[in-house]
Amino acid sequence: MEFAFNEEQRMIAETASAFFTENATSERTRAAMAKDGIDHDLWTTFCQELGLSGIGIPEEAGGAGLGLVEMAIIAEAAGAQVAALPMLGSLVMCARAIAYGGTEQQKGELLPELLSGERIAAYVHDAALSADGDVLTAADGFVAHGASADVFVVTSNSGAWIVDSKADGVSVIAKTTMDQTRPYAHVTLNGAKGAPLADAITAISHAHRAAFVAIAAEALGGAQACLDRTVSYSKERVQFGRQIGSFQAYKHRLADMMIEIEQARSAVYWAACAADEESDEAELAMHAAKAFATDTYFRCAGDMIQLHGGIGFTWEHDAHLFFKRARATQTALGNNNWHRAKIADMILGAAA
Amino acid sequence: MKLGFSAADELFRQECADWLNGQMEGEFKDIRGITSLTDMPERRKEWEQQLAAHKWSCIGWPAKWGGRDATLAQQVIFAEEYARAGVPGRVNHIGIELAGPTILAFGTEEQKARFLPDIAAGKTIFCQGFSEPGAGSDLASVRTKGHLEGPEGAQEWVVNGQKIWTSLAHISDWIFVITRTEEGTVGPKGLSFLMMPIDQPGIEIRGIPQINGDAEFNETFLTDARCPADSLIGQPGEGWKIAMGLLAFERGVSTLGQQMSFRNELDEIIEAAKANGTAHDPLIRQRIAKAEIGLRLMRYGALRMLSQTDHSRIDGAALTYKIQWASWRRGLGELAMDVLGQAGEVNDREAYGWDTLPNLFLYSRADTIYGGTNQIQRNLIAERGLGLPREPRG
Repeated sequence: MEFAFNEEQRMIAETASAFFTENATSERTRAAMAKDGIDHDLWTTFCQELGLSGIGIPEEAGGAGLGLVEMAIIAEAAGAQVAALPMLGSLVMCARAIAYGGTEQQKGELLPELLSGERIAAYVHDAALSADGDVLTAADGFVAHGASADVFVVTSNSGAWIVDSKADGVSVIAKTTMDQTRPYAHVTLNGAKGAPLADAITAISHAHRAAFVAIAAEALGGAQACLDRTVSYSKERVQFGRQIGSFQAYKHRLADMMIEIEQARSAVYWAACAADEESDEAELAMHAAKAFATDTYFRCAGDMIQLHGGIGFTWEHDAHLFFKRARATQTALGNNNWHRAKIADMILGAAA
Repeated sequence: MKLGFSAADELFRQECADWLNGQMEGEFKDIRGITSLTDMPERRKEWEQQLAAHKWSCIGWPAKWGGRDATLAQQVIFAEEYARAGVPGRVNHIGIELAGPTILAFGTEEQKARFLPDIAAGKTIFCQGFSEPGAGSDLASVRTKGHLEGPEGAQEWVVNGQKIWTSLAHISDWIFVITRTEEGTVGPKGLSFLMMPIDQPGIEIRGIPQINGDAEFNETFLTDARCPADSLIGQPGEGWKIAMGLLAFERGVSTLGQQMSFRNELDEIIEAAKANGTAHDPLIRQRIAKAEIGLRLMRYGALRMLSQTDHSRIDGAALTYKIQWASWRRGLGELAMDVLGQAGEVNDREAYGWDTLPNLFLYSRADTIYGGTNQIQRNLIAERGLGLPREPRG
């Protein structure tokens, strides 16, 4: 038992944090927001120069090995800058689904290009999907970065296919999205041909579990950034002749943010570690982390606006980037009441 | 980063569980499951001595003083198994977790030899004399006064004043106090840390009835109370430093054991909800899930805190731990009452007193006050954790 980063994990954290802080600047993110919500140069640099894109993907599938703890470290660092990247959909969900459930041919054809950033994948899920052989009819109104995708991993609750985004029968409509750093598209498959993964259940399970941890880690990074930025502001801003951070009403609100964030940190790394160690708690931990960390993020982002006063409500200030991302993380991948209901089922038995 | 325990640790866990369950099913069956700190004090002193006789009393201490030099993982495991087996809280937890470690850290060799073996053996029960009627959150404003009297070589400290909220003083043998020993000083300067025997004419203990009908806390009146000159820990005037060092011990391994008793409380709520049907209420289900999440996060926060080796950094998990568990437990008491409904507001006892869950509801109002109120915790977190300006002081 040693619930702290080891030397390698500390180095990954430093490298990732330095990379995103330097490169995922507000200016670049805003430029991406005005287009398709992806900073493509940043994505290419991240995938090809930093050497961290293969983390969490097994080495035999062409990844860098390591586990969800290391993946969470990277997601946390990216989340702290609200980086406009397809990391969650393309790497954490799609590449992982293919790596764990794809055929050898699918792995060989797709993974190198997904890990290098040359192609982007997006994850489409429709529980009501109908398949006639491998001809698919499905719709998902909220496909993250769907309009930028070259390829989709399409899943129902029991099947998984790869579908080319340009294939016949595929329609993709980009939606104006509140969080412009991860815009949604409405994807419809109307008799589109899919290539089935070899083991859909394993693919779906790996994609979802990793996604819960990654979105929680991203939320943790975002929440901590909201706190850090607000603390800095509270030391600069003077009213009534004092730094506003010296008022107890203000201090206590910041303290409450820290109390929540410390718990979110425990949640994220507990979930990542439990999954890597295949502990009995892993399932509960992932639901707990997703619900707790994303709720924490929203609370901190909301408080960031409140504690900045008028400037926090402007387009110019970055607070709204965090606030909108935070809101999106709460609803994405199953809302938090659903995640808590899963936990209630585990400890109370299924709902009547 | 690693959560699992080693095979050797798991064997140790089994050894702890076997011994503790054996005791709770055998000779000490009558105290199993007691949650109040004040029930059956005499039997519980015997339990302290039974723990000591089998070297389970203070496993983290050096073997020389009655411990086992246990590793951190072993201490965590013992604390967890202790509560899991339904063993009641330690009546000498202040001796084992606060007085002992303080003497180990700041005492002379002679003081260690004088106090530690009897604390380890469960023969000396300690209580803590910090708060005063005028010194609560502002602990450094203590007004109790102490001075040395008597001829060179046979000097005694003589102490006058009043302490309050002295938990378990009525069943304790010794009390440690911070007292002002330098005339004219204010605040943290000029305080000293003394160990005083309770059984003497100069010390009077009066119980304070609490909102749950229990009286775990006391007022302690010191009127020319005495102790030998060499009962001073550290140097005169170092009392504040020692008191603050001692408070840091409160965030140690014992928190893991405390969490297992929280586990038992939450399990009792879950059972009650299943029994009375509220387990089907979607809002209650959400709240139980939230309570479960909070409890798990407490455990992993504590493990982070215990795994932290770089003590030069501010440890966020440690700094936020008190307010986290206290607020969680207060919420748990409210959840318990919502699950029980009006059945939680009545019982068949003759005297005013409560079973575990209604008692939890009442008692947990103290959790967010003692050991630093939630308001003070927020000040500390903001000032030490976030570097915000300090509160103005009068």
